[in-house]
Amino acid sequence: MTPPQQTSGQPLLPPTPAQTVGPFYGYALPFPGGPEAVPPGRPDAITVHGVVYDGSGAPIPDALLEFWQADPDGTRSGAPGSLRRDPVTGGFLGRHPHVFTGFTRVATDADGGYAVHTLAPPSSAPYLAVAVFARGLLHHLYTRAYLPVDGAADDALLGRLAPERRATLLAVPGPDRTYRFDVRLQGENETVFLEHA
Amino acid sequence: MGDPTQELISKEIAEARDGYAAARAGGAPEGHHPDRGYLPYRSSALRHPHNPLERVADPDAVELSGPVFGVTDVTDWDADLTAQHVGEPLGERITVTGQVLDRAGRPVRGQLVEIWQANASGRYAHQRDRHPAPLDPNFTGAGRCLTDDEGRYTFTTVKPGAYPWRNHVNAWRPAHIHFSLFGAAFTQRLVTQMYFPGDPLFAYDPILQSVTDDAARQRLVAAYDHDLSVPEFSLGYRWDIVLDGPTATWIEEGRA
Ligand SMILES: [Fe+2]
Repeated sequence: MTPPQQTSGQPLLPPTPAQTVGPFYGYALPFPGGPEAVPPGRPDAITVHGVVYDGSGAPIPDALLEFWQADPDGTRSGAPGSLRRDPVTGGFLGRHPHVFTGFTRVATDADGGYAVHTLAPPSSAPYLAVAVFARGLLHHLYTRAYLPVDGAADDALLGRLAPERRATLLAVPGPDRTYRFDVRLQGENETVFLEHA
Repeated sequence: MGDPTQELISKEIAEARDGYAAARAGGAPEGHHPDRGYLPYRSSALRHPHNPLERVADPDAVELSGPVFGVTDVTDWDADLTAQHVGEPLGERITVTGQVLDRAGRPVRGQLVEIWQANASGRYAHQRDRHPAPLDPNFTGAGRCLTDDEGRYTFTTVKPGAYPWRNHVNAWRPAHIHFSLFGAAFTQRLVTQMYFPGDPLFAYDPILQSVTDDAARQRLVAAYDHDLSVPEFSLGYRWDIVLDGPTATWIEEGRA
């Protein structure tokens, strides 16, 4: 594969390489309200939760997940304010309750678990895009958590995967508008990870 | 079997580099990013997928857009890591600045840059950092800013110290600042590390050496820039960043 070329024929700039997030991002990247795209009590909120596992089946207590999704109305423009700040104290105010930024960030806990609260994505793009970072992972990984959204058309990516591989991208409904989405970095039932071209 | 020696790790580093050079000679593409399964970095062993990545080339993919941030998401204090406490931190005060571009050379404007680092003694303000070097009550080591209209970011901080880690016996990380960047699309997300020029620890470090392409690895090293040094105040380093990955406009312009 040759590197992509601009239409003008000028070669593209070489990118800056990725490096692992390492073990000590915990006081820098997570922020108050990071896992809550909407207030938890909101009746139409959903919870997506799960565990991140390594290749031995052990939970990973130092992974960081980010989720990006379309607005329930289908738009993908996002909005500022995920880290809305207090100009007086410099602290975090929490998101504006009526602004949907489409972005959540959550660090796994000591058991490898995580949960985010958000709104169901639209049928035009019925998934949360996921970026996975961890100590030991030199370059982050992308995957998708597909939700069972009414009216969603057949999805090209899901359609071409073998059933057991496809299953790794499907968030499993539970009680009270919860959906379970585990991430397995390696081995049995390894999550399908994506390369965007 | 005891912990691996530096000699063994260095041998594995050389083998990985030779393997990459041989692959290049055989026509393999340039490897800009590290291979996720990189033997000398022991923690990667169980934390990388064995299946190849599934290629997505969907012009409607949500990942071709991404989160946005604005003036409400940062404060002026965030970019000066030396001003977040009552007193001044110990260490060599530095200014780190650079331009964030996409691969077409377009500035990445108004996007969030986050950094974190050890203090001047090589200790993180993190409970799980057990390196017996002193914490600094006047330094936390986390910062944020938005890129300006030319894609530029600037931080004032102190030069972080090298620190030991448990990858192998006598493993030391070269001084580095962790960076997290958002681009115009989720596909352009980048988490990486910036290094300081001339560090004698480079050759021993499996994390830096995981970038087996010499030119790519060099792109992780900032340049000392005397014009950026502020008289009587700080030493200046320049580190420009190029984000990888397609975006919605990229695809519309037929560059995919
Ligand atoms: Fe570090």
